[in-house]
Amino acid sequence: MEIPILKIDNCLVVSIQGSLTDTAALDLQENLARDISQQEPVGVLVDLTAVEIVDSFVAKVLSDISSMSKLMGVKVVVTGIQPGVAITLIELGITLDGIRTALNLQKGVDFLRASY
Amino acid sequence: MESMQEINVHLENEFDIVSARQAVRNLSKSMGFGLVDQTRITTAISELARNIVLYAGEGSIYLRAINNGLRKGIEILASDNGPGIVDINLAMQDGYTTSRGMGTGLPGTKRLMDEFSIQSSPGEGTQVVVRKWLR
Repeated sequence: MEIPILKIDNCLVVSIQGSLTDTAALDLQENLARDISQQEPVGVLVDLTAVEIVDSFVAKVLSDISSMSKLMGVKVVVTGIQPGVAITLIELGITLDGIRTALNLQKGVDFLRASY
Repeated sequence: MESMQEINVHLENEFDIVSARQAVRNLSKSMGFGLVDQTRITTAISELARNIVLYAGEGSIYLRAINNGLRKGIEILASDNGPGIVDINLAMQDGYTTSRGMGTGLPGTKRLMDEFSIQSSPGEGTQVVVRKWLR
């Protein structure tokens, strides 16, 4: 169950669908690191529109993906966090302060486009 | 308290965590919980299920619809025979982790649910019971 990493213009796009296993989340992090290094994108967009829950483990991986991409010199934006997911994350005590987010895919693409 | 239906999910790997999430999502949805409460309950169970797989290796989650005469609700028991928790007060503190996680699992789960109780003793496992009532 590998999550596809797509390239459009000079950005990498990941759309996470449905229920994520822990291994799939960790694999995504490693595969993204590899693709960032090989494909030299300007930005990375991770879309969560189709994700129904984000627990503390997935939040940690998202946070790590964001830090990792920044360290490699690539802008990251996480898009489409659903209302129930946002409320739940706050109650869990997770604010994901270090992560750039956008309301939806379009606004995320606009943000990355504005920066290159 | 009258019990209606009970579902048992055995946990020993990460796919079982996904199964537990799906089972509780389906039950809470069929009971009439709103989307945000479904998300709260499902996330809470994901945290409890991961704790079992991570710390105890295996265990079970029992889901059932409950009724206290006034309100309907959902009750989840997460039970394992793992090493147990030495200091529950410490485990309930935000930011405390022994697994490089975020340290939000147990205190976060408590905030997501209406009722939370935990029993654990070293060498004898851990039992967590959480409830959420229909509004």
